[in-house]
Amino acid sequence: MKIKGAMMVVEALKRENVDVVFGYPGGAVLPLYDALYDADITHIMPRHEQGGIHAADGYSRATGKAGVCIATSGPGATNLVTGIANAYMDSVPIVALTGQVPANLIGTDAFQEADITGITLPITKHNYLVKETRDIPQILKEAFYVATTGRPGPVLVDIPRDVLAQEADFKYPEKVDLRSYKPTYTGHGGQINRAVRVIKEAKRPVICAGGGVVSSGAQEELIKLAEIGQIPVTNTLMGLGSFPGGHPLFLGMLGMHGTVYANYAVTEADLIIAIGMRFDDRVTGRVDSFAPHAKIIHIDIDPAEIGKNVEVDVPIVGDVRRVLEQMLKKLKKGETEEWVEQIGRWKKEYPLTYSFSQEELKPQHIIQEICKITDGEAIITTDVGQHQMWTAQYFKFKRSRSLISSGGLGTMGYGFPAAIGAQVGCPQEKVFCIAGDGSIQMNSQEIATAVCNKLPIKVAIINNQFLGMVRQWQELFFQRRYSSTCLEGSPDFVKLAEAYGAAGIRVTKPQEVVPALEKAMEINDRPVFIDFQVVPEENVFPMVPPASPINKILGGGTK
Amino acid sequence: MRHVLSVIVENRPGVLTRVAGLFSRRGFNIDSIAVGEIEDKDLSRMTILVEGDEKVIEQVIKQLNKLIDVVKISNLTNESTVNRELVLIKVKAEPSMRAELQQLVETFRAKIVDVSLDSIIVEVTGDEEKIKAFELLLKHFGIQELVRTGKIAMMRGVKFIKMNGEGGKSG
Ligand SMILES: Cc1ncc(C[n+]2csc(CCOP(=O)(O)OP(=O)(O)O)c2C)c(N)n1
Repeated sequence: MKIKGAMMVVEALKRENVDVVFGYPGGAVLPLYDALYDADITHIMPRHEQGGIHAADGYSRATGKAGVCIATSGPGATNLVTGIANAYMDSVPIVALTGQVPANLIGTDAFQEADITGITLPITKHNYLVKETRDIPQILKEAFYVATTGRPGPVLVDIPRDVLAQEADFKYPEKVDLRSYKPTYTGHGGQINRAVRVIKEAKRPVICAGGGVVSSGAQEELIKLAEIGQIPVTNTLMGLGSFPGGHPLFLGMLGMHGTVYANYAVTEADLIIAIGMRFDDRVTGRVDSFAPHAKIIHIDIDPAEIGKNVEVDVPIVGDVRRVLEQMLKKLKKGETEEWVEQIGRWKKEYPLTYSFSQEELKPQHIIQEICKITDGEAIITTDVGQHQMWTAQYFKFKRSRSLISSGGLGTMGYGFPAAIGAQVGCPQEKVFCIAGDGSIQMNSQEIATAVCNKLPIKVAIINNQFLGMVRQWQELFFQRRYSSTCLEGSPDFVKLAEAYGAAGIRVTKPQEVVPALEKAMEINDRPVFIDFQVVPEENVFPMVPPASPINKILGGGTK
Repeated sequence: MRHVLSVIVENRPGVLTRVAGLFSRRGFNIDSIAVGEIEDKDLSRMTILVEGDEKVIEQVIKQLNKLIDVVKISNLTNESTVNRELVLIKVKAEPSMRAELQQLVETFRAKIVDVSLDSIIVEVTGDEEKIKAFELLLKHFGIQELVRTGKIAMMRGVKFIKMNGEGGKSG
């Protein structure tokens, strides 16, 4: 039977078990919107395409499923670019569908034409320009397959308007076989044995667990590895949640704003077991002084990550969960008491601290109270800046997928739309967005989306009246010359929320924090914005200055 | 050090952009690139000359492997290979110089493929050394224009690039 290209897209989405899409209409996707009109798929309309793709991204990170977004040609498609780059850097499976001008007009600078496959070449795992209606099923099948397998990532499918409007036979492929794409899932037996041997010999091992643990669902295996081997665990930002925040072997985050003890442990370690992480410069600091005494075992699904930034002694390409299962079969109980005790002394000597005040509102205190009132069980999204780092430091995450944050790209404006996606994907969960007063203004139009869909997201704006993180760098490295970091002219966030029909609460004193949070927790039919007016010039410590060794730490002791 | 990579790709629109774009984006330098269909018409083979140490080449290969349209990569740098490049050179050729030119062309087993009043086009194939030497000699006559295909390479003897064998893609 022949059906229209637009119907094929809807059918393909159904076969891929997509029940929510985030999209914004326009001329080139009119046929698709017509097909969606009575389709059995929830369509969430953001107020800006960037909001749409960040929501699809948050949905994906919260649920583990692919996120799907739609935009029209030209400006619609280019508005997706930041979101695509964001998903690419953090390996988030997204299928982005864009409309394109009719095929015969491509290349003529037609109205609302943009070469979106060209533009997104370096920030997609793969992308497609569909030339014929009959190719839609095969291409969409491939798109979902490529996005969700191997190292996940965004895939863009650009479909000209006439290709959506024309009819062809619809046959959805059962499976995909791409001769040029065969991810390796099982670890090499010999390397697994070597890894187990190296672990056995190690006296001062440390596990560095990253986002790969989260995306492969290897939380349990990670805990077993740590407990059997008695190996302390530190997380990258992307890995937070993959190891219980309250576990005695947990060291918190490492790197630029990591804990002193995590950075000392890595520096003194004789073995680093790097799992699903990629040695980003924010993690390693000056790379030639990173873990100078350690052998390195690196487990990652992407062979290109192994040996990219640091030399590796035991490389293992494979799915993190499967590789850990393989290792666990052979791993013997580890004896590392001395090492664990040593780290315990560092924990006592250099704890994470800030000076609490009865008069002034401190951001760290707010994060701790949010952690308490949610029992660490909420889904937390963040924007980018100081508040993001305080969240990483002071919220004790308990499970994978409970922190949703823009790591690799560091995209301000990500947190709130991501919270929308997370809440849509997990209606039963409490979703908090911890935002900066700068970042929230990058996508505050999405309040309308959250209100329309009755999403009870709690947005905690850590309002320091500065682009805080940039101001901190200016304070520390540019003689307090606060060039363009003071946020004058911000709106009254309570009124802003209320203008959209959301709830707004203002907090100016430490004593008001808990009552405000309690009140927010009781609102279940609309978003709540809490304007936390915190001290303006609090800094994030500890801090490793950029390009320094990670044991040279400001505000926390230097070894 | 200069490396020779043979990259088999799906014969699809945009594949050259994907490969070339990857090189510029990751800061790798292409010295030359030659592309054409192979025995299987769905595939093309790119012969890429790239500058870099072992670490750089390892990254180049791994990053290329991540492109969905790349089917197979072989590093021919340390293989015994036949290397060829074809070059067309337009040289000034006053009637008085032609005999001398003719002799040079014969010595290098090149060919004169076009003749006009005061210039000729010479076609020469060969490996890098030969072409370099030939070009140097022709300079004395005056080179007006030069165009080259970029190097292509093939392993000598019984070895050949198997589509499903060792060196196939993973990850
Ligand atoms: C889109 C974008 N533009 C600029 C930056 C650079 N940047 C990083 S943090 C930051 C300040 C963020 O300020 P705010 O959201 O108020 O958070 P705070 O640091 O004060 O907690 C800026 C401007 C960025 N990360 N993203």
